[in-house]
Amino acid sequence: MSVAEVESPPTPEPETVEPPKGRRRLPDWAAGNLLLLPTSLWFVLLLIIPTILIVGYSLGHRGVIVPIRFSWGSLVWSNYHTALNPDFLPIFWRSIWYAVVATIACVLIGFPLAYWIARFGGRFRNLYLVLVIIPFLTSYLIRMYAWQFILQREGLLNTVLGAIGLGGNHVFLNTNFAVILGLTYGFLPFMVLPLYASIERMDPALVEASYDLGHGKVSTLFRVIIPTVAPGLIAGVLLVFIPAVGDFVTPELLGGVRTQMIGNTIYDQFNSGNNWPLGSAMSVLLMAFILVGVFIYLSRVGDDAL
Amino acid sequence: MSNKKSSLRPRYLKLHAVLVFAFLFAPIIVLVVFSFNQAKSGTDWTGFSTRWYTALKNNDAALQAFRNTLKVAFIATFISTVIGTLAAFALTRFKFRGRSGYSTLIFISLVMPEIVMAVALTAFFRRGIHVELSLWTVIAAHITFCIAFVVVVVKARLTAFDNRLIEAAADLGATPLQGFLRIVLPLAAPGIAAGAMLAFVISLDDVVITTFTSGPGSTTLPLYIFGQLRFGVSPSINALSTIVLVLALFLLTIGGAYSVRASRRGLGAIDATTLG
Repeated sequence: MSVAEVESPPTPEPETVEPPKGRRRLPDWAAGNLLLLPTSLWFVLLLIIPTILIVGYSLGHRGVIVPIRFSWGSLVWSNYHTALNPDFLPIFWRSIWYAVVATIACVLIGFPLAYWIARFGGRFRNLYLVLVIIPFLTSYLIRMYAWQFILQREGLLNTVLGAIGLGGNHVFLNTNFAVILGLTYGFLPFMVLPLYASIERMDPALVEASYDLGHGKVSTLFRVIIPTVAPGLIAGVLLVFIPAVGDFVTPELLGGVRTQMIGNTIYDQFNSGNNWPLGSAMSVLLMAFILVGVFIYLSRVGDDAL
Repeated sequence: MSNKKSSLRPRYLKLHAVLVFAFLFAPIIVLVVFSFNQAKSGTDWTGFSTRWYTALKNNDAALQAFRNTLKVAFIATFISTVIGTLAAFALTRFKFRGRSGYSTLIFISLVMPEIVMAVALTAFFRRGIHVELSLWTVIAAHITFCIAFVVVVVKARLTAFDNRLIEAAADLGATPLQGFLRIVLPLAAPGIAAGAMLAFVISLDDVVITTFTSGPGSTTLPLYIFGQLRFGVSPSINALSTIVLVLALFLLTIGGAYSVRASRRGLGAIDATTLG
């Protein structure tokens, strides 16, 4: 990236006598493309072509024997109409608002934590970071299962609430609360890590300067700290929001019919629903929605922020 | 920081941090504790027992799923690490047209929702090229989503890399291949190891894409657990989950120890090169 561009090219031009003739260095474009070849082939075959296939299928017809009847001659838009009709549109909206609430919760929970680790973590800073990374690298499925175990009707939470006299028969699963809790819990580390990286780079003197210039705590937070760590915040928001909006496991384990998200709906169209064209149209809409977010992100932070 | 007017008082922040760590770890700890519960169901503690672990020894389906998971994770990690590392080298060491477009492609593969990649791959395998779903289609799918992680991690390591080291090696008479093998590779090793570890962990955990690309007999452990959950919570799933957690922690420890050692060695190599 930037370093490679600024740095002089790897081959210094005083080509001394030493390299034996016949062993000429490949030009950059050839060497680069040669090294990229395996990945390029893989992406074309298993990422680009399958995606094009799904876009094509979203314009096809539902088959009776085969799951899809598709021909370039008769493309239809009806699957998109169905995907956005009153049966399915609320599911899109629900996915978005779940993901938005979970993202906000992650910011509110994650920002103070990241700030504390970066500024006050002392010599245990790396240990605290590892404590954030461990859940991030443990199985998402198992962590959601753990919540199912806690939140179910005969689960631990009801047992505890019953024991302290608050009633032991609450319904937690299959509620908005359960799914949003699961998403927040699942993706919180994605928020903390980039925020930490940004806060850690921030010069503490900025905060002191802000106080010296008469800003209060709130004003310092919003006018000095948050603008300074904005790249980390934006990265964290996208890293939480994007997987949350398309999630399948959380609503499947902690939710029910009333809390279905778009991921579950697409899943159903390719399985029990057996309507591939509709499922494809929903996939294309979901992907398009996310790409819009990505390009807004890229235009604001630049593609080096990978 | 010694300023007594530090922005947000650490006392509240510290309390917050303690609560968040409790929130992050409590569910996992609960799960592990109850895997040793005698009772068949519910959350009444009826005594310590390892019966659910011993029962797993005779659970052929779970054992087979476990073997499949390891096979998929090892092969997918190996292939994605090799070709992803080559791509990362290409993207950092050479200048050519289309490079930024390539970065965008990798970014897209990272942000593509799992469910979308899953249905695209199942459509491709079943209707596009008409292959039977098997462990090999699972492996191919896992490689597809692992590559991008490897590229990003290795690239981050190589970007911080001083190109003058290679020039120095060339000046001292090293061929490009020697320069690559003796300078670049050792320095990039921690990044490659981290990328491989990330790929392995992600492969180990995948449910959605595996569901859509596996056929009969190619169930992996997450799929097995996921299938069992449809019959509700059970202590044997707690036990199985605990084993998976311990395995992941074990790998993380090995990976962490290796990358610490390798980065020390890497730094040593820099010193040796700059001095020598």
